[in-house]
Amino acid sequence: MSGLSSFISAASERARQTDLLFFSATALSGFIVLLVAGLIIGFSIRYRKNSNASRAELPPPLLREFETGWTLATVLLFVTIFGWASAQGFGAMTPAGEPLQINVVAKQWMWKSEHPGGEREINELHVPADRAILLSMNSQDVIHSFFVPALRIKQDVVPGHTEALSFIADKPGTYALLCAEYCGTQHSKMTGKVIVMEEEDYADWLSHQEADNSLAAQGERLFTTLGCSGCHGHSANVRAPPLENVYGSPVALADGRIVEADDAYLRDSILQPKRDVVAGFKPIMPSFAGRVSEANLLALLAYLKKKPQQEARDD
Amino acid sequence: MTDTTADSGAVETAETTDEALGRSYLSASGSTLSSWLFTIDHKRIAILYAISTTVFFFIGGAAATLIRLELLTPAGDLVADDTYNKLFTLHGITMIWFFLVPVIPTTLGNFLVPLMLGARDLAFPRLNLFSWYLNIGGGLLALAAIILGGVDTGWTFYTPFSSFYSNSYVSIAALGVFLTGFSSIATGLNFIVTTHTMRCPGLTWFRLPLFIWANYATSLIMLLATPVLAMALLLIVAERWFGLAIFDPTRGGDPLLFQHLFWFYSHPAVYIMILPGMGVVSEIITCFARRRVFGYTAMVFAILAIAVIGFFVWGHHMFVSGQSSYANLVFSFLSFMVAVPSAIKVFNWTATLFRGRITFEAPMLYALGFVGLFTMGGLTGLFLASVPIDLHVHDTYFVVAHFHYIMVGGMVSAFFGGLHFWWPKITGRLYPERWAQAAAIMMFVGFNTTFFPQYILGYLGMPRRYHAYAPEFQMFHVASTLGAVLLAVAYLMPLFYLGWSLFFGRAASANPWEATGLEWTTASPPPQHNFFSTPVVREEPYNYHPEGTPKDA
Repeated sequence: MSGLSSFISAASERARQTDLLFFSATALSGFIVLLVAGLIIGFSIRYRKNSNASRAELPPPLLREFETGWTLATVLLFVTIFGWASAQGFGAMTPAGEPLQINVVAKQWMWKSEHPGGEREINELHVPADRAILLSMNSQDVIHSFFVPALRIKQDVVPGHTEALSFIADKPGTYALLCAEYCGTQHSKMTGKVIVMEEEDYADWLSHQEADNSLAAQGERLFTTLGCSGCHGHSANVRAPPLENVYGSPVALADGRIVEADDAYLRDSILQPKRDVVAGFKPIMPSFAGRVSEANLLALLAYLKKKPQQEARDD
Repeated sequence: MTDTTADSGAVETAETTDEALGRSYLSASGSTLSSWLFTIDHKRIAILYAISTTVFFFIGGAAATLIRLELLTPAGDLVADDTYNKLFTLHGITMIWFFLVPVIPTTLGNFLVPLMLGARDLAFPRLNLFSWYLNIGGGLLALAAIILGGVDTGWTFYTPFSSFYSNSYVSIAALGVFLTGFSSIATGLNFIVTTHTMRCPGLTWFRLPLFIWANYATSLIMLLATPVLAMALLLIVAERWFGLAIFDPTRGGDPLLFQHLFWFYSHPAVYIMILPGMGVVSEIITCFARRRVFGYTAMVFAILAIAVIGFFVWGHHMFVSGQSSYANLVFSFLSFMVAVPSAIKVFNWTATLFRGRITFEAPMLYALGFVGLFTMGGLTGLFLASVPIDLHVHDTYFVVAHFHYIMVGGMVSAFFGGLHFWWPKITGRLYPERWAQAAAIMMFVGFNTTFFPQYILGYLGMPRRYHAYAPEFQMFHVASTLGAVLLAVAYLMPLFYLGWSLFFGRAASANPWEATGLEWTTASPPPQHNFFSTPVVREEPYNYHPEGTPKDA
């Protein structure tokens, strides 16, 4: 597995459809270019200044018919190509079956991914073949674009948005993964690999990964599954206090008090969020009392405490 | 068989013996520096613009040269990452805003619009001069940003990279582009008012040369679209300087808003760049085919249709940015539709050759090259308008190749064609034909060698704006760089032989090409006030083979 084939192999049905569309369009365009070039060259020779060809005028109605004719032909041709392309585009949108969801985080200048069982990778993405994969992608900083040439797909990862990209790869192999949206100094080095494996190889690969089962890692997964990240996360649409580095720092409250964000404060804020509302934010957070077990509460706190170091490690 | 009488019925010009009136614009008001820097003569302002746009063209070209040299090898070894990023930003900003957008309207357009309309000047001569100073002011700000350390956002200034993450001189460059935008607006306004109010007697709308129609449509786009760019750039500066949260997702802003604003200008801007080129080519092909343009009315409506539909296709730049699939569908359809009038123009140019009496002087070679390269650029535009293909080739070299075919293969070829065509009128000198033909052919060959391999690179998956790349792509980059060498020579040659002709070229007659059009009825170079008396038009444009005088050989 090397060389140009890691880019140009068609590793999905959709990639082969895109190729068919592309090469049909190329053939058609080639024909039109040859037609135009042929006419220009043909006329240039036949009607060069000193040739004997007839210069008689054509009747105006005939000229108008030419004009109408090629206008209509062009419209018809373009609508046909548009129809074909759009049919393919919309067909590809419908996901087939229950997809395997993998979270992808893009940041300057790496791709990080996390499988459903907590297995993490950097600049590599292992996926099973013949199974719908749904990538749920977020960016931590600027716009990146997840591009796998062999799958003929690309999706910008815009900060503040969660972008979805689904595909079914059907040809095991190692394929290039690139960032296609200019993202700063090392944009051209933000590359990696997508490794498509048979289902059983993928299961085998998963079993050899060490899922991060530390308390903080469990807390991070809870932060997503309980919905905390929906408001407090990087890309949240609801306005809620950011929680990076909050542990141990002073917090100004709406009633003018300033408290330190210690264990008790964080715990209370999860269970009785209306009690200490942070200045500048609305009291819209629901209480999680009864919805989060004590063990999970500990895990969440461990995550909130650990967050700064964890980021430092990743950088 | 002769064409010498082609324009004899077009106008009535009264001879005058008045010495002052008879002197050309080049000598009439002196040759001091201040007589040029404070001139309000549209012809002299055109020369000022010609000098400034040429300087920017070679600055942008120098950046392109370094980029091509870096890409000779897969490793990023010639310059540092950040330097490379600053080079392609410099290339894009100078080429687009300080060369491609202004060049034809402000040089050929400034010179020719009043002449073609039979007017003494543009409607607002002082505004015209002011627009040059705005352009220079903006250009100097952009140059200052480069000298201070450069800008690394790409010419597209995408947020949040440009607003929060870039540590380069983004604000100064953005303000430079902002300022030069007003120069575009001033020029557009001037052309619109001039075309409406200053046409000479008998010059009805449907007797206007297509060059005028093209500049008129371009002016409408400049006037309507440029303010949106100005807003988008000011918002970036506001975010950088005052921390306003317009595009910042962490505080409720949205980076996609910037893309909508930016492309609402920048897609129509593509037509700002190409429409004047289409106008030039229509003038040249009719002249050297000795033929009335095929389907004049269709050509006029095609120009207007491009200008109007061009405002509604910006979303095709955002197919992969997470835009709704239904929006993608609509923008895809409209992008196909905007290609229809372009196709009509290509067919009409080709049909104009039919039963012509064709000669192949340099302007004609450039114009025919334009038609071929524009056709290839336009057709690959349809690939990009198809959503499934765009998902693959978006932000790859396929896109780079596509827009260079339109902008460089099309627009720059048209500009060089027009420059040669009207050179005798502007300078009063003939250029050396053989040299010019050689340069035109070399430009065509060099261009295809440079950019055709980039279509292949793009489909193979080579993203744009990559400093280093996978070794598999090297042979295509080597071909591209070799082509760029040819292209560079082809661009430098006119600098020398046109410069030479200024001093040693044979004097040009009033109408060396035996062309129709009012600009050819006055002296070469034209007198200070263009015409000795107001011309009167009595016939259709491009009357190269008047009715009732068949010209069978």
